[in-house]
Amino acid sequence: MDASSNALLLQLAIATPLLVALAIGLGLPKRFATKLAAIAFIWPAIIAVWLWKQFPTDAGNAYQFLSKVDTGLGGFGIALKLGLNGVSLPMFMLAAIVGLAAGIYALRSNAERLKIYLMLLLVMQGGLLGTFASVDIFFFYFFHELALIPTFIMVGIWGGRDRNYAAMKMTIYLTVGAMLSLIGLIAIYTKSGAESFDLVTLRAELAANPLSVTAQKYIFGLLMFGFGTLVSLWPLHTWAPLGYGAAPSSAAMLHAGVLKKFGLYGLIQIALPLLPAGAQAWAWPLAVLAAVGNVLVIGFVTIAQRDLKQMLGYSSVMHMGYCFLGIATLSVIGTGGVVLLMVAHGLSVALLFLLATSVHHRTHTFDMAEMGGLAQKTPVLAAFFVAGTMASIGLPGFANFWGELTVFVSLWQFSPALTAVAIAGVVISAIYGLRAAARVFFGPSTEHLNTVLAKHPAVDLAWSERLPALILLVALLVVGFWPKTISTAANAALTAPAPAVVRNVSSR
Amino acid sequence: MSTELLQAAAESNQWAAIFPELILACAALGLLALEIVLPKSQHRYIPTTAAMALLAVLVGLIRNFDTAWMNRDTFAGLLHHNLPGQVARVFFTVSSLLVCSIASVVLPRSKMPRVEFYAIVLVITAAMMLLVQSNHFVMFFVALETITIGFYILVSYFRDNALTLEAGLKYLVTGALSSAIMLFGIVMLYGAVGRVEAGGVVHTGFEFDVVADFLAKNPDNFLGILGALLVLSGVGFKIGAFPFQIWIPDVYQGAPTPVTAFLAVGSKAAGFAVLLTLVHNVFAPLQNILVPVLSTLAAATLLFGNISALSQRNTKRLMGLSGISHAGFLLLGVTASITVPWASGAVWFYLFTYMFASMAVFGVMAHLAGDDDTQQDLDGYDRLAKDRPFLAAVLAIGVGSLAGIPPLAGFMGKLLVFMAAFEAKLYTLLAIAIVCVVISIYYYFGWIKAAWFETWRPEGETPAPVPATEPSLINTALLASLALVTVLLGFFQQPLSAWLLNR
Repeated sequence: MDASSNALLLQLAIATPLLVALAIGLGLPKRFATKLAAIAFIWPAIIAVWLWKQFPTDAGNAYQFLSKVDTGLGGFGIALKLGLNGVSLPMFMLAAIVGLAAGIYALRSNAERLKIYLMLLLVMQGGLLGTFASVDIFFFYFFHELALIPTFIMVGIWGGRDRNYAAMKMTIYLTVGAMLSLIGLIAIYTKSGAESFDLVTLRAELAANPLSVTAQKYIFGLLMFGFGTLVSLWPLHTWAPLGYGAAPSSAAMLHAGVLKKFGLYGLIQIALPLLPAGAQAWAWPLAVLAAVGNVLVIGFVTIAQRDLKQMLGYSSVMHMGYCFLGIATLSVIGTGGVVLLMVAHGLSVALLFLLATSVHHRTHTFDMAEMGGLAQKTPVLAAFFVAGTMASIGLPGFANFWGELTVFVSLWQFSPALTAVAIAGVVISAIYGLRAAARVFFGPSTEHLNTVLAKHPAVDLAWSERLPALILLVALLVVGFWPKTISTAANAALTAPAPAVVRNVSSR
Repeated sequence: MSTELLQAAAESNQWAAIFPELILACAALGLLALEIVLPKSQHRYIPTTAAMALLAVLVGLIRNFDTAWMNRDTFAGLLHHNLPGQVARVFFTVSSLLVCSIASVVLPRSKMPRVEFYAIVLVITAAMMLLVQSNHFVMFFVALETITIGFYILVSYFRDNALTLEAGLKYLVTGALSSAIMLFGIVMLYGAVGRVEAGGVVHTGFEFDVVADFLAKNPDNFLGILGALLVLSGVGFKIGAFPFQIWIPDVYQGAPTPVTAFLAVGSKAAGFAVLLTLVHNVFAPLQNILVPVLSTLAAATLLFGNISALSQRNTKRLMGLSGISHAGFLLLGVTASITVPWASGAVWFYLFTYMFASMAVFGVMAHLAGDDDTQQDLDGYDRLAKDRPFLAAVLAIGVGSLAGIPPLAGFMGKLLVFMAAFEAKLYTLLAIAIVCVVISIYYYFGWIKAAWFETWRPEGETPAPVPATEPSLINTALLASLALVTVLLGFFQQPLSAWLLNR
């Protein structure tokens, strides 16, 4: 296939979920709706794998599969420009694969008003794919918001306990974050003089004529706190555990797994290369916030959780700390490690959210104190859960291991003290992870559980749960055993040729 | 006005230039005649006639869009025709058409005489068109007063409702006050500028060019500055800018829903069109004063509108108070446009997105109003998504666009205004605007929540079904197209931006 057909495929991958969502919104009968939705979940995943195979090894940080559509704001340098580089390709694949798993899971769920549920999920999926395939930073933001809005609605309608409060809180926090980052992006556009939101043009322009250090500092600050709120940087994280606790499982999978990576991705693709001096000025504050706040404080908070879903929410906030630390090192190894870690965390947290819901279906509770001994009744579920927990802790063999390892290696050059804090985080996550697995699946079962199981005997994972879990687990193992799938392209993009990195700790 | 001016006007009576306004005025008179001529059973066709007149004007305007009378003065300089004026004419025609469609739902239910309503709407529309093309303070004031007097009648149209009468009285008193202030300003300008010169056309202190010329030569003239500020105060009343917003909540709640929509969209847009003309043409030399004054107004308007809307449960008041906040965003754009030329295009883009979204919301509200048009509370939206999914979807899109949530049109409007403000270096104001966007999310989201989220109650009582008028085929099509345009403009701005932004 030639370049233009690949570009077309990329467009189709994004357009299909959105068009199917539109068709469902216009009143497609349920029978067709579910079938079309299934196609719209599978199709982007196939395209993602195909594009990954087509991706040239010598691409550097150049974008491939490029296409451009003027939507009417060409005068402002805004155009729908799509393409993938070494950093966005792994994220695009992550979105496609987690989207596929969440979609299969949603299709077989018995959600009330399934059609609207699927429609929102498809909008989310289309938005996510568009976010990571956008070369134009305006559309990058735009697609993110497109994916974000359905989350609020899904939490508000299908959410669990406290859904109204959770939806409201998420909406307000994430709007604040999004507005701050939008102003940051407008500031880059206006100050650069490039008259374009195109990332390639902006990079070239700002590499030749960097902004003043003061301007870089305040714009980076805007982006850091804006994106930071979206990623749940401590202390702006409080929406996340609450939101994930209340969100329906497919939405939580896509949001925690993929959408939350938007901010990290934005820092790596936009903030670091365009504002290197700003990044240098903010590196230490960012690292301290991440290490002390996200890793240490939230780590202890996670240990104290009794609610399984809340615990996963907090653990996700904690793991974002590693990602921020990797970014704060401003090194190729660190940021490359973050790309790996983003993919790994996305897959593992989606897997765990899915399994937590499966546990809830069988035990009718999220309270871990009321569970126990489920492994005897549901061995496959237990096996998946333990595997997911191991991945999340960073056991070798899973993708997370490589991500964390590279982040720690680069962090050592930055600050040995913070590395010690970060490694203490691994112990903390082992404590809560293993304890959760032990409480839920092993030991004697509680009275509550016995009553529930007497009424509804537990069955092991159904295929509709097993298949998406398997997809995620296999992806975790593939990257775990063969991290080159991601790291080669990502490192090439981060190393060459623009100085994406300020502190060259890691050219070796 | 002296006889020379009248004579000159008579010699330059290019009636063809105001053909759209003439059609509307004649149609308004025609409607009144039709009421007498037609038998009572045929009266139901009168609203259709009004809509047809508006539609004909709209088609005519679009067909002759760029060519007719462009950049020329007519009627001895009373009027000046340019592209913003044409854009405004299209805007007013579309908004009045939508007001008529809302009225077709509300008026039959209230058993009120209908003909006068449509006639007045047509007259106001024609006056709005003349207002934005006026080039002379006498023309300006006459057009403005025609609009205002029309609204005095429309606001108190439901004369057997106490709240409506109260609204009418409040609008009358505050409106008269604002007219007086504005007139005082015009007189001051005249006093400062006015002189009689020989030779062809007589120049007076009423002509926009003459006033601008005077202010350019005497930027420190106290009377001139005071006059300009008083005229702007009068415009501030129309757009609902702080501190002239005091009438809005009561009048918006008391007025019949179509009139509220007309005030919110048509009257506000007319105010902004005039403001842009004044700021760019007439008072342009006073830039150093205008920027701080307008910035302060914008900040106060934004904060007042959003904070006061937070605890609002009546949807009509909510639209009013949130409309004040939109006036704040638009003022931000107007302030930016003093230094960034393309920003006035952004203001128009915002106005169009605001019109599509507001009209969709008012359209839904009109269908949901019960017997008492003034009592439309958020509680009435429980179960809306379950009982009326179409109306609930249109409402969600409209409210979402007003809140500026991407990918809806309202977001693009806000984005352009913010970009203009950034380019104009209005950083403090921009920060306030950002805070206000976040505040606004709270109350707009509360509305969507009321319509959608409350529907899925886990257990307990089920509220009564939403009393609603079934939308007619035309109104369904109109609401659907408003929603569709609001979504499409979020993705694809080509048709509107090519026209407004010139970039």
